[in-house]
Amino acid sequence: MASSSGSLPRYIALRVLLIIPLVWVLLTVVFLLLRVAPGDPVSATVGDRLSEDALDERRAAAGLDRPLVVQYLDYLGNVARFDFGNTFRTDTPILSIVRDQGGATLTLTVGAFLIALLIGIPLGRLAGRFRDTPGDVAIRVYGVVSYAAPLFWVGILLVVLVNAVAPSFPTNDIASPFTKLDSEAYTKTHILVVDTLLAGDTSAFLDVLQHHLLPCLTLGFLLSGVIVRLVRINVIQALQGDYVEAARARGIGEGRVVRKHAFRNALVPVITVVGLQVALTLSGAVLTEKTFNWPGVGSALVRYIGERDYIAVQGLVTFFAVVVVFTSLIVDVINALVDPRVRY
Amino acid sequence: MRGLWRTIWDTKGVARWVLVGGVLVTLVFVAFALLAPWIAPYGFAQNNIDGTKLPKLAEPGSGYLFGTNDQFYDVFSRVVWGSRTALQVIALSVVFAGIIGVPLGLVSGFLGGWVDRLLVFVMDAVYSFPALLLAIVFSFLLNDKVGGGVIPAALSLTAIYIPQYFRVVRNTTVAAREATYVEAARAIGAGPFTIMRKYLFNNVVQSVPVVATLNAADALGTLAALGFLGLGIQPTEAAEWGYDISRGLDDAQSGVWWPAFFPAMAIILLITSLTFVGEGLNETVNPALRRRRHRPFRFPQRDSAQEVSS
Amino acid sequence: MNIDLVEGRDGEASAPGEPVLEAEDLRVWYSGPSGPVRAVDGVSFSLRPGEILGLVGESGCGKSTLGRGLLGLLPDGAARDGVLNFRGTDLLSLKAKQAYALRGGSLGMIFQEPLTRLNPLMRISEHFAETLKVHEKGISKAEIERRSLEALRVMGIPPTRLRAYPHEFSGGMRQRLMIGLTLVLRPAFVVADEPTTALDVLVEAQIIRILHDLRATYDTSLLLITHNLGIIAEACDRVAVMYAGKIVEIGDAREVFTRPRHSYTRELLRSTISLSTTGLNYIEGAPPDLTDPPSGCHFHPRCPDAMAICAQREPAVRTTDAGSRVACWDADRRDGLALSEAESAPLEREEIAVADEA
Repeated sequence: MASSSGSLPRYIALRVLLIIPLVWVLLTVVFLLLRVAPGDPVSATVGDRLSEDALDERRAAAGLDRPLVVQYLDYLGNVARFDFGNTFRTDTPILSIVRDQGGATLTLTVGAFLIALLIGIPLGRLAGRFRDTPGDVAIRVYGVVSYAAPLFWVGILLVVLVNAVAPSFPTNDIASPFTKLDSEAYTKTHILVVDTLLAGDTSAFLDVLQHHLLPCLTLGFLLSGVIVRLVRINVIQALQGDYVEAARARGIGEGRVVRKHAFRNALVPVITVVGLQVALTLSGAVLTEKTFNWPGVGSALVRYIGERDYIAVQGLVTFFAVVVVFTSLIVDVINALVDPRVRY
Repeated sequence: MRGLWRTIWDTKGVARWVLVGGVLVTLVFVAFALLAPWIAPYGFAQNNIDGTKLPKLAEPGSGYLFGTNDQFYDVFSRVVWGSRTALQVIALSVVFAGIIGVPLGLVSGFLGGWVDRLLVFVMDAVYSFPALLLAIVFSFLLNDKVGGGVIPAALSLTAIYIPQYFRVVRNTTVAAREATYVEAARAIGAGPFTIMRKYLFNNVVQSVPVVATLNAADALGTLAALGFLGLGIQPTEAAEWGYDISRGLDDAQSGVWWPAFFPAMAIILLITSLTFVGEGLNETVNPALRRRRHRPFRFPQRDSAQEVSS
Repeated sequence: MNIDLVEGRDGEASAPGEPVLEAEDLRVWYSGPSGPVRAVDGVSFSLRPGEILGLVGESGCGKSTLGRGLLGLLPDGAARDGVLNFRGTDLLSLKAKQAYALRGGSLGMIFQEPLTRLNPLMRISEHFAETLKVHEKGISKAEIERRSLEALRVMGIPPTRLRAYPHEFSGGMRQRLMIGLTLVLRPAFVVADEPTTALDVLVEAQIIRILHDLRATYDTSLLLITHNLGIIAEACDRVAVMYAGKIVEIGDAREVFTRPRHSYTRELLRSTISLSTTGLNYIEGAPPDLTDPPSGCHFHPRCPDAMAICAQREPAVRTTDAGSRVACWDADRRDGLALSEAESAPLEREEIAVADEA
């Protein structure tokens, strides 16, 4: 007991150290892509509207006239201080965009993940246990179709459906206009659900919650398919495990064998791979936010791409990279808590 | 090939029919792609017949199988031409990614050492990055410089899939390098190049079709997402399902369902089929995943020779 | 007729009494790509309380399938046929639920590879608690603790390790844990499927000793499956030699080893390596395809004593004067069975080669 809990902090420390080179590689890739690629941000953004001199001035102001190595080191240094740069047009710090709009993306993705787990784990477990039965085939088809269906198409289908059944139910944005006005005062956490709740404004809270339903369902639907497939295949593999046969030989009933032996062991690899789905979740969030006019970081990214604001795009992409790396760290820690073998 | 068919046939129950169905639907789309000019009644950007505009938003069946959309295009023709675009982009991106990823994986796995470690690290980092974001960044850059055609779209997707080929090939190579038959080859004096070419390559290419098919399915979805974000193939360059869906979304909310419905169905069907094919192939090359079909048998009556006599 | 041949009723030396387990003409087949695989094809034997029966044979002769078949631990597509009685209960006609209840409580199994047989996410104590709770409803916590510690003590594992995880134990300890886990319910009959193959020699001796002592501790009957003839000689009362899904010779271990009747038994013993071995002997050819086994005696293509009749008719099982049962034409001939000139003519060499190829 003492030895196993003692090595957990060491494992986490090691894992934290490992993310430094990982972040560095990602930052380098982002930098190379957006800075070293031919052409420069300034002429791409405003090149058609300004004179050559004015362009040079803008380049100098943004520090783009310096040697690439200097820019690169500067960029790394800034990111280390959590400074992701300012947008080119409005000179807004990327971090403040992330702060103001990150909450919406966070609640969207967390809600979607919960829905996906709620649907995906039981379905995947059923399919794995009753492999090759018609039920398994139906669940497998669900798993593939939910992933195959374009997310924005699913979103609109849900909107059409909800409009037909309950026309007054919100299908757009994160809050009703009135709530939005009211809630501008709530900036404690910049997470609207939490802020409205903290302010004790129940009607605003419920309004925001209702607005979450369709976007979370849409993104959750996409993720649930991935989880169904993961859980299913891992349950099947775990059911072929030697310890499962040994448990059967001890007369443990099939239900308990699936529940206590196969399922628990199946979840260990699932946690790791579900952690990797953070990347897919963020991809899906970009699409979901565009579909539902959701004021998150994803819509911000799409907007700055439309405006060809290289620096904003670079800043936001860097932010996404950092998020991915840190979530994978958290997943590894959870994994170590669940599986006693990992700590060694 | 016959051996492959045999394994498929021996696979248990519905799994087999799913695979066969996947292959058939994929073949239908391949036929669409190859024979688009003969199957589609109109061109992909044709909104008139000899100067007479096609009707706007005509309902399906009213002379136009899938109706027409808000740009006066025939939806059925767009779907058929769209399969050509889709398969072109998929094939190109998968081939590009394979061309880069497979040799890189082979070299990395075979050489080992710091080259291997560095490559694995970089590839893992890229792999952990959201695929759509990577594609967005690439098409954002390429759109600026090259424009929004089939090849830039394929190139934008390529970067996403290189790490996947790299991973699979590298891991297989490492496993194969330690295998006894490669050790035996080395013992009789085969050079590293011969070993790589003769002993490893064959072993490694087995796993590539699985990755390629699953990536193809994924690439199709990503292409559609780029189209939805307005970063994919421009409508004047080719018919692309994702773009058509995003254009049809507003109409869909007001009850005009067909301009978005049919391209969406095409995407769902093709991705589903490709996934089934990929999973089927995976089960064929990984026998551990496969369940063999059990031919029922009955115990024959005992013959007298088996009777025990003292 | 078969019943008369069962050892227990022949009035053998040790503890008379009702047999714990009786198999009669038991068949365990499973479906293969080209027809059913006759992994166990007409096997008869019985076990008395506290008796250890060794089961030997080459890999792929069906001995593991037989072991699993006795407990009903078979993959999809496998089927059993014949007679299989456990203390008067017909195991083959049991419903799934009843079979589960018997498994563990009355019929136990010890596996070959102990490293992967314990659930890595469960503590040893949880393994014991689960096993006890499933079979003895309403068992108290204190009783679980007592029984688990008792099992650990018998297996020589310190009680402080009860709450450890499986990966904290060595291979030999894990096998002892598996045995303890199997025996905590005091099953009357245990199949041990190559319990020491994955372990080193010192641990092997330790495990064999534990298994051997079971008879004294729990009066358990044991079917010990192995390809190690030394283990049989050391630990078993009787031995059954299996070839191509059939028991070709079964009898008192000492008797079978000192005076093997079946040509296969003899060849198997000759190919054992020991300190007194001067040359290496092996049986030419490979075990036959169990989907389509050779005609007559399944061993005839590889048998140095094969006669013409061996390829034509299957030898009948015969009880020898020493109480063994054997199915071999050559043994019959040497014991005085009259065979015609044509029947006893040596099998042609080419035929051996051809059959070998098949």
